Amino acid sequence: MKKTLLIGAIALALALASPFSQAHRVWIKPSTTSVSGDSEWITFDVAVANGIFHPDHFAYPAERLSVVSPSGEPVDIQNQQKLRYRSVFDVELTQSGTYKVFNASQSLVAFWKDEDGERHFWPGRGKTGTVEEFYKAVPQDANELNVMQTANRLETYVTLGAPTAGNNKLTGQGLELKALTHPNDAYTGEPIDFQFFMSGNEAQGTKVIVVKDGEKYRDTTSDVELVADEQGKISLQFDEPGMYWLEAEYEDDKAKAPAKKRRASYVLVFEVLPL
Amino acid sequence: MSPATPYFLSCDGKVHRPNKLLNRLIQLALSLVLIGTTISVQANELEITLPTLDVAEYHAPYVAAWLADERGKRVVDIAVWYDTDMANNEGEKWLKDLRMWWRRSGRSASMPIDGVSGATRRPGKSVIALDEHFSNVPAGDYFVWVEAARELGGRETLKVPVSLPVTQSVQTRAEGQHELSSITLHMEPAK
Repeated sequence: MKKTLLIGAIALALALASPFSQAHRVWIKPSTTSVSGDSEWITFDVAVANGIFHPDHFAYPAERLSVVSPSGEPVDIQNQQKLRYRSVFDVELTQSGTYKVFNASQSLVAFWKDEDGERHFWPGRGKTGTVEEFYKAVPQDANELNVMQTANRLETYVTLGAPTAGNNKLTGQGLELKALTHPNDAYTGEPIDFQFFMSGNEAQGTKVIVVKDGEKYRDTTSDVELVADEQGKISLQFDEPGMYWLEAEYEDDKAKAPAKKRRASYVLVFEVLPL
Repeated sequence: MSPATPYFLSCDGKVHRPNKLLNRLIQLALSLVLIGTTISVQANELEITLPTLDVAEYHAPYVAAWLADERGKRVVDIAVWYDTDMANNEGEKWLKDLRMWWRRSGRSASMPIDGVSGATRRPGKSVIALDEHFSNVPAGDYFVWVEAARELGGRETLKVPVSLPVTQSVQTRAEGQHELSSITLHMEPAK
């Protein structure tokens, strides 16, 4: 039991810290993305799961998320509850325009094996590793020591009234998506264009996977896999409306010591509407 | 245009025809109505006919009508019928269900829209006078779009083409399948 919990904790730490644990996918799924009226509520699920969008693994802690209003002010998450396999919360949209719900984190991470061959991960679940702490906490002569700069970003956008672009500004940190097509203006049969940036630079070679909701009801995968062009751009088009999960991954060796590599992930949940 | 046999669509999509005598009476009544409209059509009008639906819980549909150019860009709103009676403008909550109109126009509009928006209509024919609506529209080819979305029901869009300004009398009709019975555009050249 204890071991299972430990493995679970490591799995979650990896899922939160690294996009490369293939089985686990993190997502913030809004109940809907475009609403009308003077004000409206949207309810969200946030999970680390195997399925899209089937919560079956871990509840993502909603307190790690931030919400920003169309005019750039922080917005409170309401009715937050951590359930077994997912966290839930509500956001009340009172301003016309686009709200962003997100988490962005960066860390130095290290993996190694000790003398008994046991695997270690630093800085641990939900923690941020700094260079200073790295030299204190990680045995520098450890076997298979792998040190990386990681950056993970998790986003979704929701809109009251007409979509606005104010919240889609690049910060220059980690892997980011510039929405050439607004995520709340995505429709079937029309190109949906996104551009990726790594630390503010066009992220050529970013690997992207897109999975439509209802994955558990399909016998064969219908995932879309593509690689961003030299400007970091991708163009998507869908025949079927629905909620889509997009994960992008970027990796290169332009890391600062003591890291050898930098790895970044970006996740977006967006809705493709029918006309 | 000959009067069609009236029929009713139920929510399961089956067509229910009334009995023959009733049919004849309704046809006769329709003919009279049609003669009536033929005589009176000197004005520019958009007719929207909503079906009578045999469903357990009927809510009058939200309906939007607008003029769009050939690429689908909205040029002018003609009508938006929604639930205007609810407290705190809560009827606006479902305007987004008029998906096409919401994208083309509604999401950027501030409700209510003067001279355009109004309460929902019951099943049957409604006539919207078009005298003012197209007066500032540049010459060109357009479509009149009508979209209906019903709570616990479906959604349907219909469109009819129109070239403005009209140079001869126009009567264009499109038939719907479930949420719209038909739309008919009558236009007369300006005198």
